[in-house]
Amino acid sequence: MVSIGISSIELSSYRDQHFKGTRSEHDKKLRNSSTLYVGNLSFYTTEEQIYELFAKCGEIRRIIMGLDKYKKTPCGFCFVEYYKRADAENCLRYINGTRLDDRIVRTDWDAGYLKGRQYGRGKTGGQVRDEYRTDYDMGRGGYGKLIQQKLGTEVPTFLR
Amino acid sequence: MSRRRPHEEDDGYDRAYRKRRRVSENQEIEDRLESLILCVGEKSTSSLESNLEGLASVLEADLSTYRAKILRILTDCAIRMPEKCTIYTTLVGLLNAKNFNFGGEFVEFMVKTFKEALKACKWDPARFLLRFLADLVNCHVISATSLLQLLDNMIDAANEDSVPQVRRDWYVFAILSTLPWVGRELYEKKEQPLEHLLVQIEVFLNKRPKKHHNALKVWAVDTPHPQEEYLDCLWAQIRKLRQDNWAEKHIARPYLAFDSILCEALQHNLPSILPPPHHDSYKYPMPWVVFRLFDYTDCPEGPILPGAHSIERFLIEEHLHSIIEMYHLERKDCATHLLNFPYKLKIPLEYCIVEVIFAELFHMPSPRYLDICYGSILIELCKLQPSTMPQVLALATEMLFHRIDSMNVSCFDRFVCWFSYHLSNFQFRWRWDDWDVCLSLDSEHPKPKFVREVMLKSMRLSYHQRIREILPETFAGFIPQKPEPEYKYAKEAEAVTLPGTAAAHQLVVTIRQKCTPEEVLAVLKDLPNPRSEEEVDGRFNPLKIDVFVQTLLNLGSKSFSHSFAAISKFHYVFKILAESEEAQICILRNMFELWHNHQQMMVVLVDKMLKTQIVECSAVANWIFSKEIGSEFTKNYLWEILHLTIKKMNRHVTKLTGELTEAREKLARAEESSDSESDEEKKKQEDAEKPSEEMVERMEEKLEAAQADQKNLFLIIFQRFIMILSEHLVRCDTDGKDYNTHWYKWTIGRLQQVFLAHHEQVQKYSSTLETLLFTQDLDPHILEIFQQFVSLQG
Repeated sequence: MVSIGISSIELSSYRDQHFKGTRSEHDKKLRNSSTLYVGNLSFYTTEEQIYELFAKCGEIRRIIMGLDKYKKTPCGFCFVEYYKRADAENCLRYINGTRLDDRIVRTDWDAGYLKGRQYGRGKTGGQVRDEYRTDYDMGRGGYGKLIQQKLGTEVPTFLR
Repeated sequence: MSRRRPHEEDDGYDRAYRKRRRVSENQEIEDRLESLILCVGEKSTSSLESNLEGLASVLEADLSTYRAKILRILTDCAIRMPEKCTIYTTLVGLLNAKNFNFGGEFVEFMVKTFKEALKACKWDPARFLLRFLADLVNCHVISATSLLQLLDNMIDAANEDSVPQVRRDWYVFAILSTLPWVGRELYEKKEQPLEHLLVQIEVFLNKRPKKHHNALKVWAVDTPHPQEEYLDCLWAQIRKLRQDNWAEKHIARPYLAFDSILCEALQHNLPSILPPPHHDSYKYPMPWVVFRLFDYTDCPEGPILPGAHSIERFLIEEHLHSIIEMYHLERKDCATHLLNFPYKLKIPLEYCIVEVIFAELFHMPSPRYLDICYGSILIELCKLQPSTMPQVLALATEMLFHRIDSMNVSCFDRFVCWFSYHLSNFQFRWRWDDWDVCLSLDSEHPKPKFVREVMLKSMRLSYHQRIREILPETFAGFIPQKPEPEYKYAKEAEAVTLPGTAAAHQLVVTIRQKCTPEEVLAVLKDLPNPRSEEEVDGRFNPLKIDVFVQTLLNLGSKSFSHSFAAISKFHYVFKILAESEEAQICILRNMFELWHNHQQMMVVLVDKMLKTQIVECSAVANWIFSKEIGSEFTKNYLWEILHLTIKKMNRHVTKLTGELTEAREKLARAEESSDSESDEEKKKQEDAEKPSEEMVERMEEKLEAAQADQKNLFLIIFQRFIMILSEHLVRCDTDGKDYNTHWYKWTIGRLQQVFLAHHEQVQKYSSTLETLLFTQDLDPHILEIFQQFVSLQG
């Protein structure tokens, strides 16, 4: 009966900095939410693929693809809304940390979709994490934006 | 004292949420005792015996103050950690030896809990409590005579008339599952009464009907392993144990080390325990069939897999299933605990684990947890044991594929879903060439069908090009169609000659200009109605539907969201056009015409149209059985659609039932309290909250209507099955052909699947089905399926 580690469905330490309200209002929303944030998607992962996988945990109300603010193209995250919180919990138990489109996806509680939250908040329009990262990720536009800018469009062979 | 700023983090919600622990000294000690008890038997630097001795001394000292708490903790352990049964019975035995009164109180408490469990239909806890009581005989806490009396009373319950067979079966199952623990002791001290008990059990088992057996099997044939009914299997295992003089070697028995102390103790007699009589509201566990995939020849050198009729096999499987039950909410813990199985050095552990997980995944009528629970646990197991687990899993897959010809349809579906999901986590790596037998078989044969359906599901999780890449050249015929719309009014096609072309093109322009639903109707207004004059009923114009549905859905073809937005924006048009079942079926036909190459899209579109009430469940059912899509009839996606339709209807009825019950309760409570309530304010508030009689009446009407719809849906489905199957059987008979074609096997399998997947809801209408549809004059092959379903309710 001894459990190892914390429960899969607990709140993570991440809090959306743009949330309008107190920390405890935020936490309350998270604890009652049936919306999940899904991260580390490839830019090419489609709504259809997300549906197929996430429907295995229950009936999906809707999926909102995360978009580049300027290009309006998918930028590697999405929101999945279930009708029932219990279904979202199962997602955290059985889908978080497994693969979609060959990538390990990360799921976390979200306080709820609001207009505008589907856009990346990075300076160049995608997600913040893609601004500064230094690795080369083929599914997320290659190098981080900062590196791309510094190197221009020409990537030296020794860095490819 | 700091001044509170607005929006201070620590407001009332937070305070209320964080539990305040009023820590008193007593509470601390109780917690410590609880933790000591729970942890005994876990990894420790000292031996189990010395830990038990120490714990018994500690508890003895605290018996006077913490008696109630200790009783409760120990009983909880018996229920929630049945695999540690002998550890806790030893503890109780030691306590009884030190304090006879405590022993008596414990027995009394446990008996009370046992009776409550039976009354509350908590069957597994009851069985574990019974086992605990039986094992207490081994610890000299309870007399063998009084235990045998209890078991005899349970046999009497099993032999009662006019009670459900599933009740009677459970009582025998409970008795049998205690015998591995106490069989030896009873054999040594009470051989005759034990024999008598076993004879009664044998008589019972020989008499009992097992019509459900075939319905619950995974495979239709019994090679290489017979699929035994669970009670038959356990009986065979007990018989073998009895043959071996009850020498049971698997269970660890710490009480043996304390024999000299324990046999000095005085025993208690169980009070007379009569099983509570049957009540109509009682629900008993359903029977099951024992799933066997491996035998000892499949496991290479190493520990031997215990035989199918060895009691070890039963004990190991029960233990592994209970690990899954305990940790199914935490897949990583589950995998870890499965791999830390206490007897892992004695058995080919990975094989046992894989067999037990597939047993759950393929359990009939349905698995107890989500398919993806098992799938993700298997992935964790592969991560934790990368040098052995994947190979065993691959072997299991091979064996399942090899035997897929006789696998029932429900399990076939689950196997397809699991395998495509699993592959999607491992870059779809598989040696497809190993399965090139598919290339020479009829496309409706289960083997090639399996590969085809796996490819379709895999494509949903990836994309078309990927599927092309993973299949070898020889399997090119198994690549699915590209999931794209086929829009007949596209400018390039020979669309010019179609009657709807002009309107379709006009509609595209209009919609792109962000028109209103009324403007859409205006574009469609002048389309002629191809149906003859006499048939014209109101607004049903198939050509209008054709142009509208195909054009709109094509415009929304970019993604699911686009299609949903389109449907939502022009919902009004749909409602106007879909005013009869015929019209709704027409909508579905046109959706199919456009999207027949994208099965997943069709599934979500039908789901959306049901949800937005554009089509009714009955229309979907009739469409599925219509001749127009006969070519799709054996494809999985069509049945995916049927089952989601049935589930929607079921959920609707369940929801209304729940709401009505709640409303009735509220009303009853309000009426009760208003008689006794003196506080005017409170009375006003309750009056405001309570539903009016009218509201309850309206809810009742709503529920009745929904139930009528549900009944109607099942009637339609079963009637269409009967028609289509009877037609086939008659035709084969007339033509002198064998009726048992692939099509027939799939279809009768799908009929069975509807019964089993929705048996709880269908059973409400059993008698109607029996009277109207499944009558005695029906072909016995079809009637058999109904009879098997009926037998499930026992």
